[in-house]
Amino acid sequence: MSNEEVVIAVKDIIATIAPDEELSNLALDVRLRDQIELDSMDFLDIVMELRKRYGVQVPEVDYMQLATLKGCVDYLGPKLAGKQLVQTAAR
Amino acid sequence: MPELLRRFAPRGPQLPRVVITGVGLTSPNGDELASYRANLLNGVSGVVNYSIRHVGETLAGVCNFDPLRYQKRKEARRGTRAGAISIYCAHEALKDAGLALDGAQIGGRARDRVGVYIGITEHGNVETENQIHEVAQYGFDLSFWSHHHNPRTVANNPAGEATLNLGITGPGYCLGGACAAGNLGLIHGLQMLQLGIVDLALAGGVSESIHTFGIFASFRAQGALAKHDEPARASRPFDKARNGIVVSEGGALFTLERLEDALARGAKIYGEVAGYYVNSDASDFVLPSSDGQEACMRGALASGGLAPEDIDILNTHATSTPQGDEVECEAIRRVFGASPATYVNNTKSFIGHAMGAAGALELAGNLPSFDDGLVHPTINVEDLDPACEVSNLVLNEPVRPARLERVLNMSFGMLGINSAVVVERYRS
Repeated sequence: MSNEEVVIAVKDIIATIAPDEELSNLALDVRLRDQIELDSMDFLDIVMELRKRYGVQVPEVDYMQLATLKGCVDYLGPKLAGKQLVQTAAR
Repeated sequence: MPELLRRFAPRGPQLPRVVITGVGLTSPNGDELASYRANLLNGVSGVVNYSIRHVGETLAGVCNFDPLRYQKRKEARRGTRAGAISIYCAHEALKDAGLALDGAQIGGRARDRVGVYIGITEHGNVETENQIHEVAQYGFDLSFWSHHHNPRTVANNPAGEATLNLGITGPGYCLGGACAAGNLGLIHGLQMLQLGIVDLALAGGVSESIHTFGIFASFRAQGALAKHDEPARASRPFDKARNGIVVSEGGALFTLERLEDALARGAKIYGEVAGYYVNSDASDFVLPSSDGQEACMRGALASGGLAPEDIDILNTHATSTPQGDEVECEAIRRVFGASPATYVNNTKSFIGHAMGAAGALELAGNLPSFDDGLVHPTINVEDLDPACEVSNLVLNEPVRPARLERVLNMSFGMLGINSAVVVERYRS
């Protein structure tokens, strides 16, 4: 999965979890929670979706790595290498 | 009747009178009172073919309200069906009552002076089944068990979701009362108003039961799940060919206010709560008891200082099971056998059994009688079971009685709980 695809994968998960939010203009290097309404339960949903869709386990100590989209690319990129992009959010 | 109950009865000398000023509902045959009532008068059923995992093809009463009218998509996704029903009914009831959500207040009351009291038959089965189904896909690896499970399954979930959505900071909780629960919400709301705990109550019952396969499977195992080739004819209380319950979802919440508060703001008044009673059979886990039901009806009448002939509509609980309907009719004959002007009807014949919502929805369906002067019928009776013969059973077509002043609404539930509410036309 390319870096661009990692961003698409994460945004698709967020679109499923936070369907009321506009995601097209999310900045890569600004905390997601500063750009859209996401709480701790939503964050656990994101971690759960990564587990279900890609078999990726994110231990609690690494949660902060996913604070920004850029952080997601850096942290998840290696874990998603070779995985197929899954897109399920309603468009 | 015990002296304490007499003093604290709905219209006892020591406590304020309480009236119904708004109705919010979703039923399998209507998402607001006017269309629901029209369907009850026109013989329109809400029972449809329905399929649920493990059980397969069956029948159910399914609601068609739009949850997104009052919830954000994320809120609906995070919450439960029962929560969505509660939120919808609460908003609709406030709107119907003319009580606006306005900054720090709801209809002129501080938000911490509003209570939410919701009767439920059960809660949590839907989400528990969903989660077990989910982790089964992953070999029961519990790292796939959702963090949403607990907030979705706690027993106050339906009321709690309503408080979150509406910003109500007063008491909000549920009352578990099996299929007698719809009346419990209303009774408890009335009591909290009388005690001065709240100034406005959103009270009634909800049910999400059609989303748990367990309830269908259990009724089927008990030989109590309805079957019929034509869904609209499946729920047929009192008919010889009745063969069980149609499980339904739905909800009805009332805005309850003290009479003086309602009058002060010029509220529309649907009726005054004139009596109530709750008791237990203490005889069987599932089988009803004519003795317990008789005592419950008599208790409700006594709490309002009423005699059987003061009741114009007796809305039965009858669920279309062979034994249950017969037991209830026996109790009715004992109490109302010498009350020739009391008409008897049944709402489940249209909407199926809405479980925790049943009592509240059925009361809501009969409140418009005070305005339109009609008693809605019980439908689908083609061959009246002689064991279910009671005087003035309103069969298949509405009737217009000479007098329409009071409705007695009956609800019974498993473990032998019975509840009854009398609502009276308000006269100044």
